[in-house]
Amino acid sequence: MADRKHHTSHEEHLREQRLMLDPMPRGKMNEMVMEAMHTTSWKFWLVFGLLAAIVAYALFYKWGVMILEGLGVAGVNRPSYWGIFLVNTVFWIGISHAGTFISAILRVFKAEFRRPFTRAAELMTTFGLVQAGFSIFMHMGRVWLSYWLMPIPNQRQLWPNFHSPLSWDLLAITTYLLSSTMYLFLPLIPDLAMARDRTPDGTWQKVFYRTLALGFRGTEGEWTHLRNALNIFAFAIIPVMFSVHTIVSWDFAMATRPGWSSTIFGPYFVIGALHSGMGAVVMVLAVVRGTMKNMKYFIRPEHFEAIGKLMLIISMAWAYFFFNDYIVQWYGGDKWTKELLHWHEAGPMGWMWFAMLIFNVAIPWATLWNKKWRSTPWLIFIVGMLINVGMWFERYIIVPISLTINRMPFTWRLYQPGIEVWLGIGTLAFFILLYMTASKLIPLIPVWEVQEGQMAHSLKKYGRETVVTVSELE
Amino acid sequence: MTVDLNKLHAVGAIAEAAEGKWGMVIDMDLCTGCQACVAACAMENNIPYVEEEDAGYGRSMHWIRTERFWEGEYPEVKISGYQPMLCQQCGKAPCEPVCPAFATVHSQAEQLNLQVYNRCVGTRYCANNCPYQVRSFNWRDYQDSRVRPEITILANQFNPDVTVRRRGVMEKCTFCIQRIHKAQDKAKSEGREVEDGEFTTACAQACPANAITFGRIDHPESLVSQLARSPRAEHHLEELGTLPRVTYLKEG
Repeated sequence: MADRKHHTSHEEHLREQRLMLDPMPRGKMNEMVMEAMHTTSWKFWLVFGLLAAIVAYALFYKWGVMILEGLGVAGVNRPSYWGIFLVNTVFWIGISHAGTFISAILRVFKAEFRRPFTRAAELMTTFGLVQAGFSIFMHMGRVWLSYWLMPIPNQRQLWPNFHSPLSWDLLAITTYLLSSTMYLFLPLIPDLAMARDRTPDGTWQKVFYRTLALGFRGTEGEWTHLRNALNIFAFAIIPVMFSVHTIVSWDFAMATRPGWSSTIFGPYFVIGALHSGMGAVVMVLAVVRGTMKNMKYFIRPEHFEAIGKLMLIISMAWAYFFFNDYIVQWYGGDKWTKELLHWHEAGPMGWMWFAMLIFNVAIPWATLWNKKWRSTPWLIFIVGMLINVGMWFERYIIVPISLTINRMPFTWRLYQPGIEVWLGIGTLAFFILLYMTASKLIPLIPVWEVQEGQMAHSLKKYGRETVVTVSELE
Repeated sequence: MTVDLNKLHAVGAIAEAAEGKWGMVIDMDLCTGCQACVAACAMENNIPYVEEEDAGYGRSMHWIRTERFWEGEYPEVKISGYQPMLCQQCGKAPCEPVCPAFATVHSQAEQLNLQVYNRCVGTRYCANNCPYQVRSFNWRDYQDSRVRPEITILANQFNPDVTVRRRGVMEKCTFCIQRIHKAQDKAKSEGREVEDGEFTTACAQACPANAITFGRIDHPESLVSQLARSPRAEHHLEELGTLPRVTYLKEG
């Protein structure tokens, strides 16, 4: 009798722990997601209004001032021609990486824990890229002529220079934005159809969902097409993701500058992007779980636990690449590089170099090894935030601090940020604002994927042993 | 120059770049650091003056600057030399390939690095990639009298042969290309070649010590070519393979 009781509690424990083993009737789950979307407290509108005000002031007003007065209102100078603008561009592209990484790589490897949060991650990709776009356009001296960088046929037959890493960058980011938006949209279609069927006629939401759902009815043929398309996209977008951040790194690695022309910058930047991106994913998930209705059912400690493991591995990989980059440059003994490395560590911004290593390596290693700690949402939220601060520092060290040192000592001068601090805050506020808007417009949980996963999982008894079984659905 | 030009000719892609046309020799023994070249250059090329605060923050816009070197710690300081630094008009310029808009291009006719102000969108990649750090950026509308009413009177002394630049545009030394063209036009109308020493750049013209010499480096008998063959001759950051057209005669 006691033995039987033990078995039941073990089963209950498993169900409680794992979303895939804790099925819920389809109709109920659909309602939960719709309810999460429709429940809006006054706190939401307070934060929303505050962020909208910040975006209006820090992003659009300040940018307008800068466009009218010139880049003199920012802190860029000789020799730091690139400042926080480029730091933020690389930072936001990095954030956008985890979205695709989590979604595509985990989908390809059929990692079941991905199911409830792929969409939350994919949204980060799209919205992060929007901020990266803002940052790069702000950086331009004459942004009103930025369309010249696009290969638009024109009468004078002037073409962009395809020798320039910036041209590659533009094409790579555009490709990534388009493909990741499509990749976000594809698995969204069944959920939009679900929302369409649960929205009363005559509302603008009904029109919105009906338009975007593209008439999805859930027939066998539609599901087959969707699966095929998703499969192709999940595989195809992974090399795109790797290429994008490698090309971003080439903006630096291709230049003839001490500290920049490093052949390992490609993979170093990719892993750095994943590092900050994973940190951002747990931050988003912790906030979604803590603030939105019904989300505690979907996002559980097991998910933080699984992402925490990934974060730890990525932190180790980042440390490996950092060490590799450092030791080769240091061993090379080039006099300007030596000067630069000394400047990184012992210059006036040396604290940032040490903070970078503490936030990116020491703190993740000290906390994420512990299963209990990495399953605790608020704790992993803080770790994710510190990793993001550390990765922002890393980009700051690579861009304006490294630019301070060049081969003409007469021009050495420290960079002091100006208006770009406001603009950076503006992009952060805009990112959160877009995310909040999306959480009220589209189902943040891919309901059909969760249901699919729950159908595939079951608990079976072999003798006394309760075993989790998974059948292949896809 | 350690690069064998004949060998470079065999490599089609950079043969054009390897052949210089206009060149300059700067004698560091003669330079007194008086900055007459800096002033003359600014007058000739309509280079705006930049206020104290911006200039102190590394935004002064001179196309040529006099770098001052010293030994010892203050107050026991000994000036150890002056080094005028300007665009080296590299044969293989790092600034050229990185511009996404083709605003930084190589002139086939004059073998110079051109900056096309109209085409510049202000990514500042060229300035980052310039090992000599000789490019200057228009951080503000320094030449717009609506923004800076005090320059209205200065506008009377603009050089009509040179344009003014607006905010967000990169600029740099052109080897006084307007003077090159003027001399070429004059010679052409008289049916002859441009003679050595017939004209010179503003900085060379203004130098009271005659430390700067400008001319055709593809003519072996020209003064600049003769000076460039001096045993004191050296090129800055030659190890980067930029093929600079400015030769420095080190203090001997």
